[in-house]
Amino acid sequence: MEKDQDKILNEVTQGEYKYGFVTDIEAESIPKGLNEDVVRMISQKKNEPEFMLEFRLKAFRHWQTLKMPEWAHLKIPEIDYQDIIYYSAPKQKPKLESMDDVDPELKETFDKLGIPLDEQKRLAGVAVDAVMDSVSVKTTFKENLAELGIIFCSFSEAVQEHPDLVKKYMGSVVPYTDNYFAALNSAVFSDGSFCYIPKGVRCPMELSTYFRINAANTGQFERTLIVADDDSYVSYLEGCTAPQRDENQLHAAIVEIVAMRNSEVKYSTVQNWYPGDKNGKGGIYNFVTKRGKCAGENSKISWTQVETGSAVTWKYPSCILLGDNSSGEFYSVAVTNNHQQADTGTKMIHIGKNTKSVIVSKGISAGFSENSYRGLVKVVKNAKNARNFSQCDSLLLGDKCGAHTFPYIEVDNKDSVVEHEATTSKIGEDQIFYCNQRGIKTEDAIGLIVNGYAKEVLNKLPMEFAVEAQKLLQISLEGSVG
Amino acid sequence: MLSIKNLHASIEGKEILKGIDLEVKPGEVHAIMGPNGSGKSTLASVLAGRELFEVTEGKVKYFGKDLFDLSPEERASEGIFLGFQYPIEIPGVSMVNFMKTAVNEQRKHKGLEPMSSSDFLKLMREKKELVELDAALANRSVNEGFSGGEKKRNEIFQMAMLEPKLSILDETDSGLDIDALRIVANGVNKLKSADNATIVITHYQRLLDYIVPDYVHVLYNGKIIKSGGKDLALELEEKGYDWLKKGETV
Repeated sequence: MEKDQDKILNEVTQGEYKYGFVTDIEAESIPKGLNEDVVRMISQKKNEPEFMLEFRLKAFRHWQTLKMPEWAHLKIPEIDYQDIIYYSAPKQKPKLESMDDVDPELKETFDKLGIPLDEQKRLAGVAVDAVMDSVSVKTTFKENLAELGIIFCSFSEAVQEHPDLVKKYMGSVVPYTDNYFAALNSAVFSDGSFCYIPKGVRCPMELSTYFRINAANTGQFERTLIVADDDSYVSYLEGCTAPQRDENQLHAAIVEIVAMRNSEVKYSTVQNWYPGDKNGKGGIYNFVTKRGKCAGENSKISWTQVETGSAVTWKYPSCILLGDNSSGEFYSVAVTNNHQQADTGTKMIHIGKNTKSVIVSKGISAGFSENSYRGLVKVVKNAKNARNFSQCDSLLLGDKCGAHTFPYIEVDNKDSVVEHEATTSKIGEDQIFYCNQRGIKTEDAIGLIVNGYAKEVLNKLPMEFAVEAQKLLQISLEGSVG
Repeated sequence: MLSIKNLHASIEGKEILKGIDLEVKPGEVHAIMGPNGSGKSTLASVLAGRELFEVTEGKVKYFGKDLFDLSPEERASEGIFLGFQYPIEIPGVSMVNFMKTAVNEQRKHKGLEPMSSSDFLKLMREKKELVELDAALANRSVNEGFSGGEKKRNEIFQMAMLEPKLSILDETDSGLDIDALRIVANGVNKLKSADNATIVITHYQRLLDYIVPDYVHVLYNGKIIKSGGKDLALELEEKGYDWLKKGETV
């Protein structure tokens, strides 16, 4: 019986990574290594105002005093931060003021990834900021959005065009002192997306950023800042892929969200960085700090993530529920296969009165992987009537993988309610046989079962991406069950 | 259609089936009866291709093909249906999604295009009536939270959807009250045709009041020890199995 299970597991988890190709494009890079000069050079290349350079240098100096955190349930070989290139930009032809201003080579790359940059070809209702390595390549539908007063552009452009907004909000949710990787990112980040939704505006289309690592030996450090003013709404999506390489590559990002009174921000991620090969060689080290602040009353921030990629994932999208009656949500599916490791979860910090949070985490582990949920629910003394509900489920495929749950609950008042539920299950041989007997192949059966298990989370994704995510789940587990 | 010759099968080294011979032709209904532990469910599982069991000897031909050359899903697509004694729950997977995947996989196997959503839903409605299943079933997860009777009716519903050539119903009557039994049996009878065959595995004669078999076989200790017409079932009801156990001859 065990032999059969192993066989199914092997068959289903041996899927190949589809996005492992490299684009052959000339890039402008700076030499490897990190010091103050490098930080200055990045700032200079981006022609930044003085306040940005100061911010970077403060962050860099602080980073030098820090040590890489070791509390996560992850085994990571030592990272040589001097062996990484901190800035690499694809060289583009001279810019034209038309739709064709993107290098055909780059366009083709994004086409191959299913992200056409031509607005005509683009999925109706989705605006994209495409980032390759250290720079934003193209932002679509910018003009249409501008008519509504919505600012959607690359971070670099925001620094030039809207320095006041950047100055006001950058670091207001994730200060550079927050943690090791936040400090590193603050020092060397090169691009990312910026989005501002003015008062009373409901953003009519999905906004999205697509991150692509292309250059070798390069780290990607992007930063996203989303500000939703009073009574506004925006749904934001993030996708990412990287070429297949034997060396590990570093990705350390920051996402900050500020939600004002009565506003709502939905942030969805489909993370598919290269996970490394079957033997655990290569893959992206993904260290991300994502945090939203429900600054105003009745505001709402919702994180949805489907994590299938990366060799190592260290990521805890969180909500600071400052405004009274504000609410935070975290819906997560994290899949680990082969030798992948994930330590992911959330923090819900209840500060305002009547604040609510919901956590639904679905871990799926296969192969030799380790999958941990780590979550903090904190209710401070004045957060009267706070409510939290957490559900953490783990699904195991095979018996060589691990699933772990580390919930931390701190409640400092007596009228709050915090609930935590957790389950662990395995895909049964009987379930697979039942599907087989109806004519469904083992691989498809696992796809069905896994998607059924993750449905609660997948349903939270915008339609177009839910379908993609379903396929991705299945591909990620291909060859993993027998 | 199905020809079983000297079939031996074991689980974890323990022999359960010790030489089964059985011929099933289109249009026939065979009942396999026998006391607990005689190997009835093992026979059903082996025919469906469950890998828990190891076939150690013997041959099974299905429409001229060697059955053991086919994977479980191929057998299903070739028209073998197993009604489970204990239908399996699959949380989060809706019946409609499950059945649609199954129907289209089987169509693909036959070289047919997938069924359109509207045709599929129409088919579901039609077949649901056959077993008097609740209309809300389609949106519920496969067997999850179903009552015992609903699970069994759901098996017959799936059988109706997939239109198999050979249906093997493993103790479909167990745990059913008399009304549910009638509904299930009616479903099976309506699906009966000159082209398909049914093997009904049961413990009690009761089901055979509703599904009238052409042949009754008594399985005991891994062997068919007696075969006969439908009257054999009545005889068994009256006398039990003991009188057969002694002789162990056909």
